[in-house]
Amino acid sequence: MADNLQLLFDAPLLIVQLLLDGILIGAIFAVAAYGMALVWGVMNVINVVQGEYVMLGGFIAFQLTLWDINPFLGVPVAAVILFVLGIAIYYGIIRRVVDKDLFISLLATFGLSILMQQLMNQIWGSQVRTAQSGLSTWFLFDYQVTVSQVKLVAFAGALMIGVLLILFLKRTRLGQAIRATAQNPRAARVLGIDTDRVFAATYGINAALCGAAGAFVVMAYSVHPYTGLPYTVRSFMIVVVAGLGNLPAVILAGLGLGASETMAGFILGVQFQVAFVFCLLVIILVFRNTMLGRKRRYLK
Amino acid sequence: MNGRKQTLLAIVIALVAIALPLVTPDYRAQIALLWVMVLFAMTWDILGGQTGYNSFGNVVFFGIGMYASAVVQRDSGLDYFVALFLGMGLGGLIAVAVAAILGSMVLRMRGHYFAIATLGLGIAAAELAAGWEFIGAGSGMTTPLYPGDPGVQYLFFCYLFFALTAVVFCLLAWLYRTRFGLALNAIRDNEDKAEAMGLRTGLYKTVAWMIAAFFLGLTGGAVGNLLRFVDPRDTAFAGATYGVWMVLMAILGGKGTLWGPVLGAVVFHVTQELLWTHLLGWQRVALGLIIVAIVVFFPQGILGWARERWPERFGHKVEAS
Repeated sequence: MADNLQLLFDAPLLIVQLLLDGILIGAIFAVAAYGMALVWGVMNVINVVQGEYVMLGGFIAFQLTLWDINPFLGVPVAAVILFVLGIAIYYGIIRRVVDKDLFISLLATFGLSILMQQLMNQIWGSQVRTAQSGLSTWFLFDYQVTVSQVKLVAFAGALMIGVLLILFLKRTRLGQAIRATAQNPRAARVLGIDTDRVFAATYGINAALCGAAGAFVVMAYSVHPYTGLPYTVRSFMIVVVAGLGNLPAVILAGLGLGASETMAGFILGVQFQVAFVFCLLVIILVFRNTMLGRKRRYLK
Repeated sequence: MNGRKQTLLAIVIALVAIALPLVTPDYRAQIALLWVMVLFAMTWDILGGQTGYNSFGNVVFFGIGMYASAVVQRDSGLDYFVALFLGMGLGGLIAVAVAAILGSMVLRMRGHYFAIATLGLGIAAAELAAGWEFIGAGSGMTTPLYPGDPGVQYLFFCYLFFALTAVVFCLLAWLYRTRFGLALNAIRDNEDKAEAMGLRTGLYKTVAWMIAAFFLGLTGGAVGNLLRFVDPRDTAFAGATYGVWMVLMAILGGKGTLWGPVLGAVVFHVTQELLWTHLLGWQRVALGLIIVAIVVFFPQGILGWARERWPERFGHKVEAS
């Protein structure tokens, strides 16, 4: 650990490299986090399958490359497939737990997450998978900093998805219905909004967001059936820090998380990177709760 | 059921528990694991069912016990049994200390946040253990061989875990009747009111978690020897298996009751043992389906369902309609 810190002091450009890598992956975290915030805010469900949707999106893009199709096509394909899957899962399962005790929906989505992990393991095997995008790498500062173009494309793509989502929520009727339901489901029903359909659409859109994010993940990084949960936890963490329905804050928190995680992974060693994410989760929750506790309030 | 019937039932169960491993020597390992499952469900229910704090992270204490005992057995050089019991005790104490520290921090959160924070704790513990060289890092640890016949080994663990289960059951049966149990239920029903009534809710919650942690630590210490292997992610801090099973078994039986977790654990473990061998590779798929099915269609549990079906048996007055 001390060696790694020393290395950072000796080669400051390494910091640039780490920050850049972290920020580029942070945008992808932000997309999944925004989906989680949407479902959480509208339906009051914490979707623990979030990470598995990301992984599934990645596996779909990977499957396309096996059929010699460009993985970039995987972004829309994964989004569409996951949208349909999300709606199916909503009508099959989520719908029955939406109005129940919060813990019930948490446990139900946790069960779904185990189910999907294992199904992906059966279909694609337990190897780490990546998809070759065919893009090259840029070298800056005399080959000291490398930027793979696919990560930049993924970054830009993630931001574009965010912009499209905002436009959708602000401009379309369905988007307005979703926002109305988030504010007050009962009033929305009184005003003639079919909240059941809004919930279904919200859940489907969330799954589609994750699918698109996953297709970028498989191109720029890698996917594995069991690495979904860290994505769920990252999303949760970002939402806790940024609050529900605050997209700029979600993006900022996502970039910050990406950067700090990459730094920690380098300094502590890669084997502790996931541990860092989960410890950070607990620390953030305890910190937020202590701050609220001063006002005699708490996280609930 | 009234008190005398319950005592009678408990005695019958105890007799069966003592006789069963003698009659069916082939199933001793499964019976030992059955008691472990009952312990899991009962200890989870102290905080989850009685207090209303649903923890996904109780597996942390189990794993601590497992590692503590494995380390004592590896480094102390004592006799097998001395080291085992010393390790279990040490594991229990460390688990209590960890529960006190973590509890004072995370038990102030409620609902979703507590559940997710404990989920994070469980996985963080697994990842930290997987990176720590002293306890074997990712490759885990092996526990020493039982001195003597393997058949006797399983018999020993059967009785050890049964004794532990009996102790925990009696303790909880007593505890839930005392003021302490009432305080826990008051916190579950309305924490703000309980606090306004002058209950020190934070203290009660933390002590409840510490009790669960102590017995999980003891259990973990012995399970490491039963399985002969301690793996950070798959046995010690196995959030996706043991960690969820605890919750599931308690819910299946009926959480917040004394007998519910016991019943749920027995039903779950027997079903699992009957089905698992036929589902090679698909076990976890089945597990996921079972979780979803139980949670979505059967959230009140077996006892909760029975209570609705035959309310008079549970001492509820039924108005003729």
